[in-house]
Amino acid sequence: MSALTELSARALADGVRKGEFTARAVADAHLARVAAVDPKVQAFLKVLGAEAMAAAEAVDAKRAAGKPLGSLAGVPVALKDNICLTGAQTSCASRILEGYAAPYDATVTERLKAADAVILGKTNMDEFAMGSSTENSAYFPTRNPWDLERVPGGSSGGSAAAVAAGMAPLALGSDTGGSIRQPGALCGIVGLKPTYGAVSRYGLVAFASSLDQIGPLARSADDAALALSVIGGHDPKDSTSLPGPARDYLAESAGDLKGLRLGLPREYLESGLEPDMRRALDASLDALKARGAVVRDVGMPHTRYALSVYYIIAPSEASSNLSRFDGVRFGPRKTGPGGSLLELYEESRGAGFGPEVKRRIMLGAYALSSGYYDAYYLKAQKVRTLIKADFDAAFGEVDLLVTPTTPGPAFRFGEKTDDPLQMYLSDVFTLPCNLAGVGGVSVPAGLSASGLPLGVQFMARSGEDHLLVRAARAVEEAGLFKGAPAL
Amino acid sequence: MSWETVIGLEVHCQLGTRTKLFCGCPTGSFGQPANRFICPVCTGQPGVLPVLNRAAVELAFQAAMALECRLAERSVFARKNYFYPDLPKGYQVSQYELPFSRDGKLAIADKTVRIHRIHMEEDAGKLLHAIGSEELPYSLVDFNRAGVPLIEIVSEADMRTAEEAFDYLTNLKAVLQFGGISHCDMEKGELRCDANVSIRRPDAAFGTRVEIKNLNSFRAVRDAIVHEAARQAGVLEGGGTVVQETRLWDVAANRTEPMRSKEEAHDYRYFPEPDLVPLVAEEAWVARLRAGLPELPAARKARFMAEFGLSDYDSGVMTAERPLADYFERVVSVAGRPAAKAAANWVQSDFMARVKAEKADLAAVPVTPEMLAEVVTMVVSGKISGKAGKEVFARAWETGKKPAELVAELGLTQVSDEGELRAWVDAALDGNPKAAADVRAGKEAAIGSLVGAVMKLSRGKANPALVNRLIKEKLAS
Repeated sequence: MSALTELSARALADGVRKGEFTARAVADAHLARVAAVDPKVQAFLKVLGAEAMAAAEAVDAKRAAGKPLGSLAGVPVALKDNICLTGAQTSCASRILEGYAAPYDATVTERLKAADAVILGKTNMDEFAMGSSTENSAYFPTRNPWDLERVPGGSSGGSAAAVAAGMAPLALGSDTGGSIRQPGALCGIVGLKPTYGAVSRYGLVAFASSLDQIGPLARSADDAALALSVIGGHDPKDSTSLPGPARDYLAESAGDLKGLRLGLPREYLESGLEPDMRRALDASLDALKARGAVVRDVGMPHTRYALSVYYIIAPSEASSNLSRFDGVRFGPRKTGPGGSLLELYEESRGAGFGPEVKRRIMLGAYALSSGYYDAYYLKAQKVRTLIKADFDAAFGEVDLLVTPTTPGPAFRFGEKTDDPLQMYLSDVFTLPCNLAGVGGVSVPAGLSASGLPLGVQFMARSGEDHLLVRAARAVEEAGLFKGAPAL
Repeated sequence: MSWETVIGLEVHCQLGTRTKLFCGCPTGSFGQPANRFICPVCTGQPGVLPVLNRAAVELAFQAAMALECRLAERSVFARKNYFYPDLPKGYQVSQYELPFSRDGKLAIADKTVRIHRIHMEEDAGKLLHAIGSEELPYSLVDFNRAGVPLIEIVSEADMRTAEEAFDYLTNLKAVLQFGGISHCDMEKGELRCDANVSIRRPDAAFGTRVEIKNLNSFRAVRDAIVHEAARQAGVLEGGGTVVQETRLWDVAANRTEPMRSKEEAHDYRYFPEPDLVPLVAEEAWVARLRAGLPELPAARKARFMAEFGLSDYDSGVMTAERPLADYFERVVSVAGRPAAKAAANWVQSDFMARVKAEKADLAAVPVTPEMLAEVVTMVVSGKISGKAGKEVFARAWETGKKPAELVAELGLTQVSDEGELRAWVDAALDGNPKAAADVRAGKEAAIGSLVGAVMKLSRGKANPALVNRLIKEKLAS
């Protein structure tokens, strides 16, 4: 790794602004890193080399013209392939969007560009963000930079791997049930899912609209904070976006922890943790306590229903959101021997969607169908309200909830692909956060005995994402997690 | 024993907004090239989100107010899921369990039809199945209409004859037009109607209903109901049972045909639209909308009678349609209230005849209200004769020229100068001694031919009232 690819996003932006190095040199170094290690990691579905160089040169020209530069000046950013970038492929790692070039920029993309960031490419993911290992990509699996035989997590596995491997200092992912935090944990980086509505979803290809949220993946809490300040804030194009501008999260990351109340939800720990994970969690708690935080147990009795509720609501919304992929306007169109409209749908969707996507569309269509709606979708919404109420009650007593991000470290390829339920269970700690609409962050907190990263998760009240950044930074400063993947 | 027809109507009405329901694309795409008024949002590109059009919500609420509905403080948009190539997202954003209004009513001739509910929804695109003379092996889709704001007005099954259904539609259209809610142009698809029809013995329970689609005019609605009721009576009288189904009106064949069952076997899997927040109607906002609701047809008709002295009949004709009422009121505002009755006559006769003959759009007729007012004023004041007025109107329609200019150009100014008129009267009496003698003998009716003779001599320019008096004076002396 060259020096430039080891720098934080913040340091890169500072350096470019001060003229210590050019944006072109930064882009060049990162593209070189991509060329060197991505053949092994396979984090990118599409590297936008020429476009990135042109964007970097534009940043340099702007500086040369004496114009002020944005807070991500010259910082290379990788975008998950479900986030729209005008003219670039936005495939969601699905065959059904093969060759689809987005005709518009997502709001986050616009904001990155406005902050003078340099978009490096589109990263691999589980097809339509459905999965926890990036094995559901229709193109190829991404490998965990810490151990190429293991998964990077998912669904934002490409974004997490790119950042962990030094190919980009910053990436955006999306998190519907843990898809930023879980790969963040498995790749040893910070993954932040903001409060629902804190970041605009406009231009994020929807999986489950009431749960989806875009957020940053970075090698430090401060870089995640910097990115969140750029992409966050109200967007009139998203009716579910929260009012007001984004906070200055970076300014708040160094805030005091004295008297901060941390809650340890009993129900998350009931089934027992692997000793490595337990150690990482305890060490994180100790580090925060040493800074003046207090820790107590809290009860969240409906946690055990979160997985079931999630797997009704998310597929229900997905079954509707994915209806537009019908072979009519975009994606490869397949026709049947009879040439009928029904065949066009069946053939195009049959060939275009992978098995996990089909499974979830079936689940969702079933849960919404007449005669089953009340028993499934409506009931799930009611239980979702109870889960939210658990969070409200807990946040009446504490400021942050602390849990492991995942039950264990990165697993091997194929280990969970045969049993969807096993795969679904890898998100058991991260799902409730999305159901409640609160923010969550995963921060590396140690290594397993096998030398793989482990993450702890913090969750905060809606709109208090600055506390997530603050807690994550405190864990970082405790130095529990060291090292980098050897590639 | 006779059958009673039971009818309920579902009317889709395009709200008269400039832009679509969830994006900024223009709505006025009728007759425009396909796919000209589209964007990522209304073509359902991956990743887009809807943003609700405030103007559409306001018009929808005003429609509900005009139809005396109960307004929901909180309503929820829902997705209606089905696959069709003209439906870009694979679902239509509509309202389902919690529509924004319920329980309204609309008066027709001698009863009140209850309105079950009104909800908002977006329109779909349009399929073009064949281009030119040759059938193509594929269809094309035009998304210009996709996302256009609609309200669906669902009546209760309160109508009992096809005429009542016709009246309901006529009055509904008038209310929507006068309320400024929609232009209601059926040809442009701004008003669409489906009819639910069943028959029963009087006082028996409702029969099985059949939904009729493809009704492209109010007349089609009326004819289809008559034919469908007769068809159902035939089925029942033949010992059969009416099947609940959707049928299409075939206007050429004058009968309904069953729709292929495959096309109607839908489970729409409705669920609340997660991309939109619930719509909350604040009291102050509702009050503002209510205050801003334009005058409705019944109120306007009453006002025309009270302010302009129009008869019940004339006032009814002038308020049959909003554009006509607006046109008429503008004529009166220029010509003055004393000329209102004359203006109403002009609008009903020469003006409407011309509009109907040429199927003209009232918003773009060559004779503006100001021009017609000028004609009316000249006739009422005696500057030109009624006959000359008709000629001026006709020429103004054809040329677009100002009436005063035409009067000068055609030399139609009415002659009221008594000296000039006396010369013509003398000539007329000389030329028609028998008629003159008759009048002298007391046969008043004979004066007509003398006046006619003067008009002929003056080439229509003589003021007939004056001529009449001068003849009488002359013969009495």
